[in-house]
Amino acid sequence: MHNTSASTPPRNPDETDLDTLYQIETPEGIDLTAQVAGPVPRILAYSVDLFYRSMILLALGIALRVAGNTGIGLWLLCSFLLEWFYPVLFEVLRRGQTPGKQAFSLAVVNDNLTPIGWGPSIMRNLLRFADFLPFGYFAGILSMSCSRNFQRLGDYAAGTVVVYREPVAKTGELPDATPTPPPRGLQLADQQAIVSLAERSNVLSRARQRELADLLQPVTGLSGDDGLRRLHGIGRWLLGARKPKQSKATATTDTPEHAEAAQ
Amino acid sequence: MKQRDFERRYEGQWQLIENWLSAYRKNTGAGPESNGTDDLPQNYRRLCQHLAVAKERQYTSNLIARLNQLVMQCHQRLYRQKHVSSHRWLEFIFAGFPRALREQARFVWLACGLFLAPALVMGLGCYWNDALIYAVMSPEQVLQIESMYDPANRVLGRERGSDSDLLMFGFYIKNNIGIAFRTFATGILFGLGSIFFLVLNGVFLGAVFGHITRVGFVSTFYPFVIGHGAFELTAIVFAGAAGLRLGHSLINPGNLNRRQSLREAGREAMKIMYGTFLMLVIAAFLEAFWSSSTEVSIGIKYAVGGFFWLLVISYCVFAGRRLPVAAPAGSRL
Repeated sequence: MHNTSASTPPRNPDETDLDTLYQIETPEGIDLTAQVAGPVPRILAYSVDLFYRSMILLALGIALRVAGNTGIGLWLLCSFLLEWFYPVLFEVLRRGQTPGKQAFSLAVVNDNLTPIGWGPSIMRNLLRFADFLPFGYFAGILSMSCSRNFQRLGDYAAGTVVVYREPVAKTGELPDATPTPPPRGLQLADQQAIVSLAERSNVLSRARQRELADLLQPVTGLSGDDGLRRLHGIGRWLLGARKPKQSKATATTDTPEHAEAAQ
Repeated sequence: MKQRDFERRYEGQWQLIENWLSAYRKNTGAGPESNGTDDLPQNYRRLCQHLAVAKERQYTSNLIARLNQLVMQCHQRLYRQKHVSSHRWLEFIFAGFPRALREQARFVWLACGLFLAPALVMGLGCYWNDALIYAVMSPEQVLQIESMYDPANRVLGRERGSDSDLLMFGFYIKNNIGIAFRTFATGILFGLGSIFFLVLNGVFLGAVFGHITRVGFVSTFYPFVIGHGAFELTAIVFAGAAGLRLGHSLINPGNLNRRQSLREAGREAMKIMYGTFLMLVIAAFLEAFWSSSTEVSIGIKYAVGGFFWLLVISYCVFAGRRLPVAAPAGSRL
């Protein structure tokens, strides 16, 4: 076991309290990060699962009605299995995701971010009943709210967390601008801000980008579209593009590949 | 090195890993050999280094997020836990489970006491005092129980048909295993829930035993209960013991912090719960298909029931003592 979650030091004192990042150190000495999911998406995911389960039970009930007492016996058996083992089967066989969790792209993992196995999965789902007490998952929600990683009682005992399973990140297409060397004495934080502005150029609206660029008028000395273009240019320069022609060629050949690889 | 150059230099390696991962995801198992990149650990270590470098040089968050995700997926692939083989299941049944019980003997005896003491008190009380049963049950329930075991109307008989045997099997599975799971799960509330359910079950069962004996339906009741009781009553006690183990880990965590202590206890308690589950399935099976049959004479039922008790007790006491301790500490079943 290499669970170091308890001993992972906070990265930066003024950004620990609000974010939902969950960090562990792998045996390779790498900090892996994941986003833990809070009570609201988990309750929604649970409701979806509850709906599916009820539908299955209803359908079974109708189908088994013709079988008389045998049918009732089988129905009771199925309802028992659904009640206690529906989440277990999905979590173990489908990489930590029940259908409800999949709908909200959540996944259960061990707290060292490895896939969940039978033991922990059965554990956290058996303890569901304790989380349910005294009614309506009160204990579970209370425990999640008090826990740093939104763990309910079952998660504590099984050593699991519920994280977001994000879609594969894509490398953004850079805006077509002439690379420009940045002004001298540009701080690192400012450099990063400019680079991320360039990277997000196809996500943000043009007007919003202009607005942001205007904030940097003291640095660029330009306003409006000119300022924005200059910032994009600086961003490309900072990312490593130098000669306009060559970089244009790489930008157009590189990025579709990225997108393909990402899918 | 500028980020663009960094990306250009290693893009090939990353795509190789990405392709490998997606191939693996599509047809689980056939990935590594077919792709020519069967050296995942080495690629993975290189990838880790790239991520560390990217973080150190403060490359853009997009790149870091992408690498982080790749590392995460490889991590999940590499550190996946092994599935339980059938061999280990057999070993668990013949040695692991009774061993786990003996390791937690303190809690098993405590749960036993919590269950038997109220059962004894209520049993004797209801035997001597015919009004006491109404303290825990409504008159309708008492009537229902009396009519179930009344030798005069033999509803327990085989004549109810095998289809209702299956009905009762489903009912016992859902009801009894549910009770055991609840007894265990609520142990996490500092053991209070397990104590509550153990005492509650003890009180009810004791009351029924005492009352039925007093009314004199001995010839139907005891032959019915003795067979599956060996598995069912002990299993409920074991579930309670597992729950108490959980509660104890929170009250007295020892050298660990409460979270670690709870996890440790959870792992030990799960060993007991697997066995408990098996015992309850056996019990439900016996209760539905053996205990209810009236074709077998009472003498045979007592004999078989007694044999079951002997079997369960000697299993818990003796099984798995000879074999060497195989499972290393920390391994999960």
